[in-house]
Amino acid sequence: MSVIGKIATLIKGSARELGESIVDANGVRIYEQEIRDAHEAITKAKTDLTGVMAKEMQSAREIERARAEIARLENLALEALEKSKEDLAEEVAAKVAEQEAELEKQTQLHADYALHANRLKDLIKASEARIREHEREVQMAKTTESVYKATQTISESIGSSGSKLMSAKESLERIKKRHEDQADRMTASEALDKEFGTKALEAKLAAAGIGDDAQRKAKVMERIRARAAADKA
Amino acid sequence: MQSLQKRLEGLDALLEARLFDVPVSLQPIPGEVPVVQVVIGGREELPIFITASPDQILCICYLWRDAEIRPEKRLELLELMLDLNPAIPLSSFGRVEGCHVLFGALSANARREAIADDIVALSDNALDALEALAEYLN
Repeated sequence: MSVIGKIATLIKGSARELGESIVDANGVRIYEQEIRDAHEAITKAKTDLTGVMAKEMQSAREIERARAEIARLENLALEALEKSKEDLAEEVAAKVAEQEAELEKQTQLHADYALHANRLKDLIKASEARIREHEREVQMAKTTESVYKATQTISESIGSSGSKLMSAKESLERIKKRHEDQADRMTASEALDKEFGTKALEAKLAAAGIGDDAQRKAKVMERIRARAAADKA
Repeated sequence: MQSLQKRLEGLDALLEARLFDVPVSLQPIPGEVPVVQVVIGGREELPIFITASPDQILCICYLWRDAEIRPEKRLELLELMLDLNPAIPLSSFGRVEGCHVLFGALSANARREAIADDIVALSDNALDALEALAEYLN
């Protein structure tokens, strides 16, 4: 079964079971041991593979050498025959036969080494796949365990602070209300800023003798003087 | 592995900078596994919990309890959440112990900046999801 499949089965059980079974320390230890064993097997297989591949190359060289030797000897035998040296040709033919036997032997060896190397490569591939699977299994078990324990801690903390006794809707309302309050405050302070800004400007204008405020006193005096003049008249 | 608290050192300042000076507090929660609570000013009701296992860092925001879902709308909500999952940036819906959550998962080697990005997205997504899906709740 896949790792996710196993976790799904546990989740369908109970939360308690999830906390306990997946955290099965013994199971995790067994997997971890298997992972270590598989790593060792791979290391050994890789060393073996290097040796076998070296022998494979060696036998390939032997085959080449034997073939070249056979060709050379046959040429010599041919020359001997052409010079009617039958005995010599026979002697060379015996050497060719020896080389042929050697060639056959090396060809067989080469095929064996190639087969062996392929088997080792398959073994390494399979072991590496097994390691990945086990590592994933241990990883997921540990992650599930960690998340389970973390959520336990969080639930306890939420429970003790009482913060999540509130429903989601209440939380939302409170956050929204706070945002609205803040928006209101910002609008108010903007209005205030504006007002202060206007007043400050007016004060500056008055100080410079510009605007209604600056003219008021002068206008009053003018009016009074006009009345005084009228009274005199 | 470095302790979670050590890894999160300075995260509050990073978050505050990203949120334009909204106050952010980090609070470790005692327990068997490391958990740090992140509270963002103005969103105190939606704290974010950061937890770490050997392979990943999880940021979780609790949304609502199973019992809060309007029974007649339940299937529709669950399907909607599945449909929404791929569309929500950085966060996914999930459920832990009968609580629906929004969470972001990061590599255990994630940098502080990536964690800060995830938390900002998670907080915005959580508030957004609450607003959008409130009609399915009691």
